[in-house]
Amino acid sequence: MSTELVTMNIGPIHPSTHGVFRMRVTFDGETIIDAEPIIGYLHRGSEKLAEERTYTQVVTLTDRMDYTASMTNNQAYILSVEKLSGITPSERGVWLRMIAAELQRIAAHSVAIGFLINDLGAWHTPLLYLLREREKILELFEMMCGARITNSYLRPGGVFMDAPDEFWPSLNRFLDEMPNRLDDIENLLTDNEIILARTQNVAILDKNDAINASITGPMLRASGIDWDLRHRNPYDYYEKISFRRPLGTVGDNNDRYLIRLHEIRESLKIVEQCLDLIEPGPVQPEEVPFLVRPPIGESYVPIEAPKGELGFYLVSDGGISPFRCHVRAPSLINLTLLRDMVIGYKIADLFVTFGSIDVNMGEVDR
Amino acid sequence: MTKVLTGSDIEDILSSKFMNQIEFIGDDYVQIINNDSLDVFNYLKIDQKYDLLSSVTSVDRISHFEVVYHLTSLQKNESMVVKIKCGEDRINPNLKSVVSVWRGAELQEREIYDLMGIMFEGHPNMKRLLLWENFEGHPLRKDFVS
Repeated sequence: MSTELVTMNIGPIHPSTHGVFRMRVTFDGETIIDAEPIIGYLHRGSEKLAEERTYTQVVTLTDRMDYTASMTNNQAYILSVEKLSGITPSERGVWLRMIAAELQRIAAHSVAIGFLINDLGAWHTPLLYLLREREKILELFEMMCGARITNSYLRPGGVFMDAPDEFWPSLNRFLDEMPNRLDDIENLLTDNEIILARTQNVAILDKNDAINASITGPMLRASGIDWDLRHRNPYDYYEKISFRRPLGTVGDNNDRYLIRLHEIRESLKIVEQCLDLIEPGPVQPEEVPFLVRPPIGESYVPIEAPKGELGFYLVSDGGISPFRCHVRAPSLINLTLLRDMVIGYKIADLFVTFGSIDVNMGEVDR
Repeated sequence: MTKVLTGSDIEDILSSKFMNQIEFIGDDYVQIINNDSLDVFNYLKIDQKYDLLSSVTSVDRISHFEVVYHLTSLQKNESMVVKIKCGEDRINPNLKSVVSVWRGAELQEREIYDLMGIMFEGHPNMKRLLLWENFEGHPLRKDFVS
């Protein structure tokens, strides 16, 4: 019987596209033979907008890039500004932003796992368990800075306000409870037969291909490369912290899921170590001016964001706003190999693979 | 700690084979000439183990455009910055695509073409990435008026 190829449009409005992602996919029956991502539906021109704002005002723009990980976006930007203008941050400010960044990583990975399971067809039940835990982190952020998602908590030199007294007992309660909640989630998901059947040996990413395509973050570690910038190029005070770096062996969708689960546990340990080391003091040095005016120059400080290497390339012409502000967005670059990863698999594997890459459209389009 | 190479460190690496390719040595970067840039990048990737292309981006320097490459070596834990000037003026900036060296440049070069209007020769799919096909102009250029 003669058959015909079908080209179909998927997205941009679709519950499994994590926002407004669109793909033009060609099928032979149910098998994918070509897939082309089409992006730009959430493009807001953040890089251009940054050229007309002062260095401190740009912080609010970075919140809206990867909106599941605002704190790490703030951190990447602030580190770049500090290097550009030679500001030495205050100690307590750095510890506070490390606590915030690791809590944010837990929240972002929870969202990533939850929506991956959602894409597998387990509609909303596992997702809600994970979002419940994320909710507690958002409440902690609310105590820290008054905002839940778009935090804008960091400033050049540290953070803009100290965490209130009631923050610390709440954080300790969260750290006590979270490992048990993680055990529950792991009991529910990790050995689940359907999840194993759907994710193991699907969309295997070879490590050399991954490096060549500039893929970073949990995706690279799932392929077995030990490259975590918190360990290899410690920024802030990560050199004083010890943590394990879970690695994958196969590089399939299941590995990408497991890596994130293990990284949540490691982040909890990092927060605990930060709590031991943090000491009272100012959260921002007094000499940091309200209007930062860096000398002529440029800076790029990569950090390990939940999705991979995130860095802001800032060029200064000596003025009060960046001459050029480029975002090295891990979500966008991790999509480079999506086409190669899904070819030959079925339509149902397409969304699982897309979910396991964990992109955030706010960061892809900026 | 990742060792960030200074301009003279990068010069030492390149001077044995590509002395005449170096156009300018900055504090923390080296600017190479546009012609035969792929030879330099292939040398850096294969012989010098700069296997990860961290980022490709572009800057509108008013008088000309420049493209900035951030390279990282996972094995040696080193990073360097290489720049290329796209011609002496603003008319038809173009240079060679590095997709054949590092696949990671694929989407980033499309983004540069889209927002800054720099053409990359040899790119497998040189079209706009974020904006739509009939959009006029390139928004990140300093002379763009919306």
